[in-house]
Amino acid sequence: MQQNLILTDAGLYCSAGDFFIDPVRPVERALITHGHADHARAGHGSVLASSETLKIMAVRYGAGFAGTTQAIAPGERLSVAGVGVSFHPAGHVLGSCQIRLDFGGFVAVVSGDYKRQPDPTCAPFELVPCDLFVTEATFGLPVFRHPPATGEIGKLTASLGLFGDKTHLVGAYALGKAQRLIAHLRESGYNRPVYLHGALEPLCALYEAEGVAFGPLEPVGGRGKELAGEIVLCPPGQLTDRWARRFGDPVTALASGWMRVRARARQRGAELPLIISDHADWDDLCRTVVETGAEDIWVTHGAEDALVHWCRSRGLNARPLNLAGYEDGGDGETVGIV
Amino acid sequence: MQRFSELLDRLSYEPRRNAKLALLTQYFGTTPDPERGLALAALTDGLDFRHAKPAMLRGLIAERTDPELFALSYDFVGDLSETIALMWPANRGVNAPPPLLSDVVVGLRSAGKSEVPGLIAGWLDTLDETGRWALLKLVTGGMRVGVSARLAKTAVAGLGPLDTDRIEEAWHGLDPPYEALFAWAEGRAPAPLSSDPAPFRPPMLARPIEPETFAELDPAHFAAEWKWDGIRVQAVAGRDESGTFRRRLFSRSGEDISEAFPDLVEQIDFEGSIDGELLVVRAGRVQSFNELQQRLNRKSVTKALLKSHPVAIRAYDLLSSDGRDLRELAFEARRGELESFVERLSLPAIGLSPLIGFRDWDELAAARANPAGHIEAGDAEAVEGVMVKRRDAPYVPGRPKGLWFKWKRDPYLVDAVLLYAQRGHGKRSSFYSDYTFGVWRDEELVPVGKAYFGFTDEELFEIDRFVRNNTTNRFGPVREVAHTKVTGLVLEVAFEGIARSTRHKSGLAMRFPRVHRLRWDKKPEDADRIELLEALVPGNVKA
Repeated sequence: MQQNLILTDAGLYCSAGDFFIDPVRPVERALITHGHADHARAGHGSVLASSETLKIMAVRYGAGFAGTTQAIAPGERLSVAGVGVSFHPAGHVLGSCQIRLDFGGFVAVVSGDYKRQPDPTCAPFELVPCDLFVTEATFGLPVFRHPPATGEIGKLTASLGLFGDKTHLVGAYALGKAQRLIAHLRESGYNRPVYLHGALEPLCALYEAEGVAFGPLEPVGGRGKELAGEIVLCPPGQLTDRWARRFGDPVTALASGWMRVRARARQRGAELPLIISDHADWDDLCRTVVETGAEDIWVTHGAEDALVHWCRSRGLNARPLNLAGYEDGGDGETVGIV
Repeated sequence: MQRFSELLDRLSYEPRRNAKLALLTQYFGTTPDPERGLALAALTDGLDFRHAKPAMLRGLIAERTDPELFALSYDFVGDLSETIALMWPANRGVNAPPPLLSDVVVGLRSAGKSEVPGLIAGWLDTLDETGRWALLKLVTGGMRVGVSARLAKTAVAGLGPLDTDRIEEAWHGLDPPYEALFAWAEGRAPAPLSSDPAPFRPPMLARPIEPETFAELDPAHFAAEWKWDGIRVQAVAGRDESGTFRRRLFSRSGEDISEAFPDLVEQIDFEGSIDGELLVVRAGRVQSFNELQQRLNRKSVTKALLKSHPVAIRAYDLLSSDGRDLRELAFEARRGELESFVERLSLPAIGLSPLIGFRDWDELAAARANPAGHIEAGDAEAVEGVMVKRRDAPYVPGRPKGLWFKWKRDPYLVDAVLLYAQRGHGKRSSFYSDYTFGVWRDEELVPVGKAYFGFTDEELFEIDRFVRNNTTNRFGPVREVAHTKVTGLVLEVAFEGIARSTRHKSGLAMRFPRVHRLRWDKKPEDADRIELLEALVPGNVKA
C-alpha cells in the first residue's frame, strides 16, 4: 500500500486520493499539517487543514491564499477519493496536526513537525498507531536532547536579575516560538509587559483570539533605550540587524533547539542561548517511532541518516525521504539571514 | 560542579568584560568555601591534577554509544568534549548527587592512572549536558572561557573594598582554595601574611601622549628612556623565613613565566625586584620583536632555542632591593638605586636601559626620530619610541595620570582593500566591525591582515553601510565585500611592524594593525602592492 504515497518535486503525493501533503509549490489539492511558511504555501487550488492553520495562513498571505479552503476538526474522519483522512494534534504550534491516511486498513501517518514537550499554547501531541510513519528529523542526532523549558526560562529571568539595566532582546520565530516563550514566562511568574517587534504582533493577536492568554503585551514601536530591564521579543534575524541598535547594548538571547550546540549559538550571535524547541528531540523521535508501532519509517527533513540508522538497528524498515524545500526548524524567516 | 558549570556556560557566551565580572562576583559571593576557591584556581590555571587525554574520553564514549551515531554527531558538533557531553547517555538509575568541584579536584589528585576513567565516567553519569561539558573542559585542561587571571582576581576584589592590585601582590603567597583571600576580600579577616619572598608587584603603566601636550609640560621635570619593542617583565628574588632562595620571572600581567626562560632565571642571584624589558640579545645587540616571539608562549624551551635566541633584560626600574620597598621613592631616587644595583650585579643578562639626554622637547623629538644617532644601530632597530617619566613620581600601580608617558614612533601606513567583514560582538553585534584587508600581488588582492579598531563610531557606521550594500558572498557571520579594481573600499591601515607568517595567504603578518583612515577618495587599483610590505620585513634588504 506504500506505493500510494510518492515523493515528487512538489512534495509528498498521495496518488489514490490525488492530493499533496505540505507541497512546496502550488498544486491543485493540498493537505497542510501546520502554518509554518515552509509547509504552508500560498496559491493552492484547495486546502484542507485545521481551522487554526487556515487562520494562520490567512494572516500571513491574506484571505485569498487558496482557491477554496476546508477546515477539519481534530479526529474528524473524511474520505478523499476513498482515502480515509483525519488530522491529529502534533503539539508543534497552534493548529499543528499529523495527518492520518487510511488505505482500507493500511494506516500511514505523516507527522509534519511535532514535539512532545509541554507547550501551553497548543494541543498536546497525540500518539496515532500506524503501519507507516513519516517522521520529521530536524533534531535527528543524539546530541539533541532538549532540557525542560522552565530551566531555560529561568536563565532568562536570572539574567534580568543580574543585568537589570539592559534590555533583554530575545530572538524567537513569529509563529509558535514567540507565543510559547511568553506563555512559559507567565508560568514562571513574570508579569511585566512583554514587548513585541511588529512582525510578531499579528500572530500573537491570533493566538489570543483563539483563547491563549498572554497577559500584557506591548508593541516596541519607536521605543529603544527606555526598555532597559525589559524583555523584548523579535524575529531571530533582527537580533543582529540595524533595528536592534535602538536598545544600546542589549543582552541578546535566542530561543532555538540549535542553541544546544555551542558553535551554532556563537554563529548566531547569541549571548544567552535558550534551548527551547518546537521539534521533538532525539529521545522523543526514537520513542515516537517505537510507540506508533509502525514497521515502516520514512524519515524526512533534517538529519535523516542517524535516525534511519537507529531504526534499522532496531529491525525497522527505514528509509530517508529527501524532501526539498523544508528548512532546518525555521519558519521561512531564516531565508537570507545568516 | 553544577553551579560552576553554569558559570562557565554563561561566561563562554558573554562578550562584555563588565558582565563577566558581574557573573564572577555573583558566583564568588554566593558560593561557599572551598568550592569558590577551587573555581578561582581553575580560572587562574592554578589547579594541579592529572589531566585526561582525548583518547581516554573517546574510549569512554565508544563503550556507550553506537559508533556510527557518534561519528555523525561528532561530524556535526565538531568538538570532541562537547560531542561526548551531549551524547553521554542519561543514566536514570544513578541516585548519586552530582559531584562538587572539590570532589573532582580531590578525586583526580588522589586517583591512580587506571582509576581516572572510572571516576570520570561516574561523574558524567550524574551531571547534565552543561555539567558534563564543564567537567570535560576542566579535566582536559582547556577552560578557555575568555576570563584572564586578572579578571578573576578583580571579581574577588569586587566582594569588598579591596583593590585588585593588593590581591596581585599577595597572590603568589596564597594557595587554593584561597580561604584566607576570600575572608580578607569580604572584610572578615586581615590581609593574609604573605611569606612569599618573590612576589609580583602590579606594574606602573604609561599613557600615550599627543605631541601638543608637550607644550604644557616642563622638560626639566621629566626624564626619558627608549621604549623597547620586547615584553615587560619583573625579575624578582628573595629568601623566605627558612632561608630558601626563590626567584621568578613574571609577565606584565603577573603570570609566572620562569619556566620558559631558564637561561635568564638561573642568572638571578640578587634579592630585589627589577622592572624591565625582556629582549633577545645576540652578541650584545638587541634583536627585533619577531626574534623574541620564538621564545614566547612556550611552557618549556629547547637547548637549541636557548642557544639561538638568548634573552636578556634591559632594566628601567627597581621596585625593591634587599628587603626594602622602593616604590614610594621618586623616580630619580629609584633610578639612582637601579644604576648602582645593576652595576653591582654585573650579570651579562641584565643591563641598564639608558636614559636619553635632552634639554627641550625638540631634542627629544629628534632622538625619537633617529634612535640610531644615540645608540648602536642594531639596538636602534628594536626601539619603538620613547618613554617620558616624571622625575618626582613614585611607582604607582596601574595607569596614573600625568606621571609616565609613551611616545611611540610613527606607525607604518599602507593602503589596503577591504575583502571580508565580520560582525562584532556585544554592542557591535549588529555592525560589521572586523575587517580582513588585502593588497595587490600581481593581478590579485591577497589578504595581509585583520583589523577591528582604530575607526570612529561615525566611520564604523559608514563601513557597515558599505559592507551591507556591497556584499558579494556570505559565509555564516562573514560577508565577502566587492573588491575589483574600480569597486571597493580602500582602508589606510596603520601597523607597528611586519613579519613572516603562515597564517595569511600573503605569508606576512602585521603587528597591531588598525584602521587609520577611510580612503573614499581612492579606488582599489590605487591600493598598495605586496612588495611594499615585503620590504619592511626585518632582514629583507630593500632592492
